[in-house]
Amino acid sequence: MTDIAEPIYKTDALIAQDIDEYLKVHEHKTMLRFITCGSVDDGKSTLIGRLLYDSKMIFEDQLAALEADSKKVGTQGQEIDFALLVDGLAAEREQGITIDVAYRFFATEKRKFIVADTPGHEQYTRNMVTGASTADLAVILIDARKGVLTQTRRHSYLAHLIGIKNIVLAINKMDLVDYDQAVYDGILKDYTEFANSIGIKAFTPIPISGFKGDNITGPSANTPWYKGPALIEHLETVEVNSATDAEKPFRMPVQWVNRPNLDFRGFSGLIATGTVKPGDAVRVLPSGKTSTVTRIVTLGGDLDQAVAGQSVTLCFADEIDCSRGDVIALADSPPQTADQFEATIVWMADEEMLPGRSYWLKIGTQTVTATIQQPKYQVNVNTMEHLAAKTLELNAIGVANLSTDKQIVFEPYEANRTLGGFILIDKISNATVAAGMLHFSLRRAQNVHWQATDVSRDFHAGLKNQKPAVLWFTGLSGAGKSTIANLVEKKLARMNRHTFLLDGDNVRHGLNKDLGFTDADRVENIRRVGEVAKLMTDAGLIVITAFISPFRSERDMVRQMMQPGEFVEVHIDTPLADAEARDVKGLYKKARSGELKNFTGIDSPYEAPHDPEIHIDTTSLTAEEAADLIVARLIP
Amino acid sequence: MDAKTLTHLERLEAESIHILREVVSEAEKPVMLYSVGKDSAVMLHLARKAFYPSPPPFPLLHVDTTWKFQAMYELRDRMAQESGMELLVYQNPEAAERGINPFDHGPLHTDMWKTEGLKQALNLYGFDAAFGGARRDEEKSRAKERIFSFRTASHGWDPKNQRPELWNLYNARKNKGESIRVFPISNWTELDIWQYIHLNDVPIVPLYFADQRPTVERDGMLLMVDDDRFPLKPGEEPVMRSIRFRTLGCYPLTGAVESEAKTLREVIQETLLTTTSERQGRAIDKDAGGAGMEKKKQEGYF
Repeated sequence: MTDIAEPIYKTDALIAQDIDEYLKVHEHKTMLRFITCGSVDDGKSTLIGRLLYDSKMIFEDQLAALEADSKKVGTQGQEIDFALLVDGLAAEREQGITIDVAYRFFATEKRKFIVADTPGHEQYTRNMVTGASTADLAVILIDARKGVLTQTRRHSYLAHLIGIKNIVLAINKMDLVDYDQAVYDGILKDYTEFANSIGIKAFTPIPISGFKGDNITGPSANTPWYKGPALIEHLETVEVNSATDAEKPFRMPVQWVNRPNLDFRGFSGLIATGTVKPGDAVRVLPSGKTSTVTRIVTLGGDLDQAVAGQSVTLCFADEIDCSRGDVIALADSPPQTADQFEATIVWMADEEMLPGRSYWLKIGTQTVTATIQQPKYQVNVNTMEHLAAKTLELNAIGVANLSTDKQIVFEPYEANRTLGGFILIDKISNATVAAGMLHFSLRRAQNVHWQATDVSRDFHAGLKNQKPAVLWFTGLSGAGKSTIANLVEKKLARMNRHTFLLDGDNVRHGLNKDLGFTDADRVENIRRVGEVAKLMTDAGLIVITAFISPFRSERDMVRQMMQPGEFVEVHIDTPLADAEARDVKGLYKKARSGELKNFTGIDSPYEAPHDPEIHIDTTSLTAEEAADLIVARLIP
Repeated sequence: MDAKTLTHLERLEAESIHILREVVSEAEKPVMLYSVGKDSAVMLHLARKAFYPSPPPFPLLHVDTTWKFQAMYELRDRMAQESGMELLVYQNPEAAERGINPFDHGPLHTDMWKTEGLKQALNLYGFDAAFGGARRDEEKSRAKERIFSFRTASHGWDPKNQRPELWNLYNARKNKGESIRVFPISNWTELDIWQYIHLNDVPIVPLYFADQRPTVERDGMLLMVDDDRFPLKPGEEPVMRSIRFRTLGCYPLTGAVESEAKTLREVIQETLLTTTSERQGRAIDKDAGGAGMEKKKQEGYF
């Protein structure tokens, strides 16, 4: 206990003497959210524990528990192990590491602080990006004995990527290098070089000891050569994001339309940037309709003005359409709308990203369907090198183009976190699989327009005297898809129907010969076949496709592309054992021996349709009977 | 001070309102769990602000143990009326039938009335999102819980499998059978709550203020004899003491502190000068060592 100084933020005197004065001061406190990044042994938890202790956020009962825990499982001998205060969950305490994002709170006379405590292990890039997304500032911890490490570079890169402008380089454990200025200077030189190379314009270096308390709350006598601010002093005075956001043009994504009765219609949301006053001319996007703000309504009475960071309800002078997902903006300086973008994507799920698959994209209050193209490159977060990539795996960061099914209102992430930052959600599992940051819209979206043609799809179909359709066969390899599809086409041809059969193997000889059999390539294979089938239905044809098409989400994607009722899913249902016993092409044998990888049914999943339009049980029907049944269903 | 820099309470309030509105926009059938404590009081006040001039578009649910302080039941009914919200009170019928009580049944009391009662109520009404007034500064396992916290069909919590929450983008999409617990005041501290109550005149239960009340001392805790169901041990005699409460739960499980703080200002003053944490008076955290709350949450406790 000898090293533990008395907590220093004690304002007991003021609290005891004049509580009213104290409360008045504290009403006007601002808030700073920051993130601490460091590797396992950099003393991160110790520093946070120290901040909590110094700001009197640790009570006697907690301190008593801490002292007991320190003796039992602590790593500091008989001394208090501050790290135990912040390592929350039981499993983690046993492993001695933090494994998730945890939030801590403390306050000084000037500010309230929220600290996102994130782990430093490589596999948890996801957690650091999560913690950084709400932070105004990042504290990057370096062990003075070790200097700039790979982790330091990674943490700095991620903080910079997520747009944190205020970076503190806390060179920790100075007590263990005898407070040697030369050590500090050496690390500073190395870090400056690196920071410049990745575009970090400014940072604040501070020599500290989290354990001993040097330069945490005030200048340390052990570092007379250091003239800069102590850590807390810096945290108390640095500018917060919400202040700079208020300077930008007004934008507010609409969350909810408030309509208690016919006389009141208000639009509720959190102001992303700028300020708004009654009388301001505003524009609702994407519609582009304009009106004037008449009231800013709150429970405590109408406001004269509201700024970035406030949740408000606005009323307009005109009855214009405006609903959840729309963005209210300053009339003469609105954000853009687009449906094609370049973006940085941080992949956060165990299941890799599949280019071409559709995901939900949530940005502000807008939720749309998005598909991502193959990444242009992936970033090695340790060396900042750009690597070629076909997909993105857990914790990978890459740059890719993406397109949305609808125009969205956006701004580059650099200009506006709210209208530029998005998450991707898997449509089947509903998990949040990625975070992303929009760079810019692709000119394509603005300059490539849909060319209207005079001979319409109805006209094409009318000429052929038929209703276009896609008969989408799905099933295991060897189920009999190609055989039955071929019979169906023959029967339709005899009935003078205009058809075309797209066969899996045949398409891979041409259109899709660049694709392999990974999950990502399978998705792209199906996407292209879907697009071709769609063009053929536009031409009035009855399209028959025979592909394993193992994933439900891709079959659903193709279904969405087609006109309602034109997509007919035909499940050729054969038990795996039967298909394998048949093994016409000898593929199952190869797959079983390991010669063939990613084979559906063996080491790659087949997701059977839940509710196909036509279900063919090949154990009870011959190919001929199956074909008759399908034709009868198509042309009753 | 720059007029454009929001204070910490303004930022916290805006964040909480944003969360409340997101849930109402994205969930099918939300509900607010209302425990009548000071955190619930602030959460309810924020909900009234978020949707004004409409009343909050969801009901209040009180999972009752029948052992709350009388003053809590009074405030509960008054607040439901003032806010124009529907109040649902649920009491686990099995616990009622078996006469489960904190004196004879120990941890089973909390388990059956609260944990089981909550699960039953949510299943009965089919709520898919439930607001709760938990704060991250209360306890270590809470510090790592997301604002949108998913529960399995059996209401379990899996701390290893939480969705990342970026910026203020919340993913409210559920799998079949899942439900969400949403904590709009996650980022508030005890002091923030008191300051907000002070600045906004939020009504709270009078038990938070000191008064002469009948008490007995047991196992180092000062308990208030709130009604005649309190079984006095031989030789025990209720003693009038000037006490108040820092948290409120079932009266036989909630320890009081001796205090003279009769006004909000004095309570805040005392809170600031105190040297023990607010959960110190709660018996529930002390089970199973340091991991008590985490274990309870995995089992479905809120």
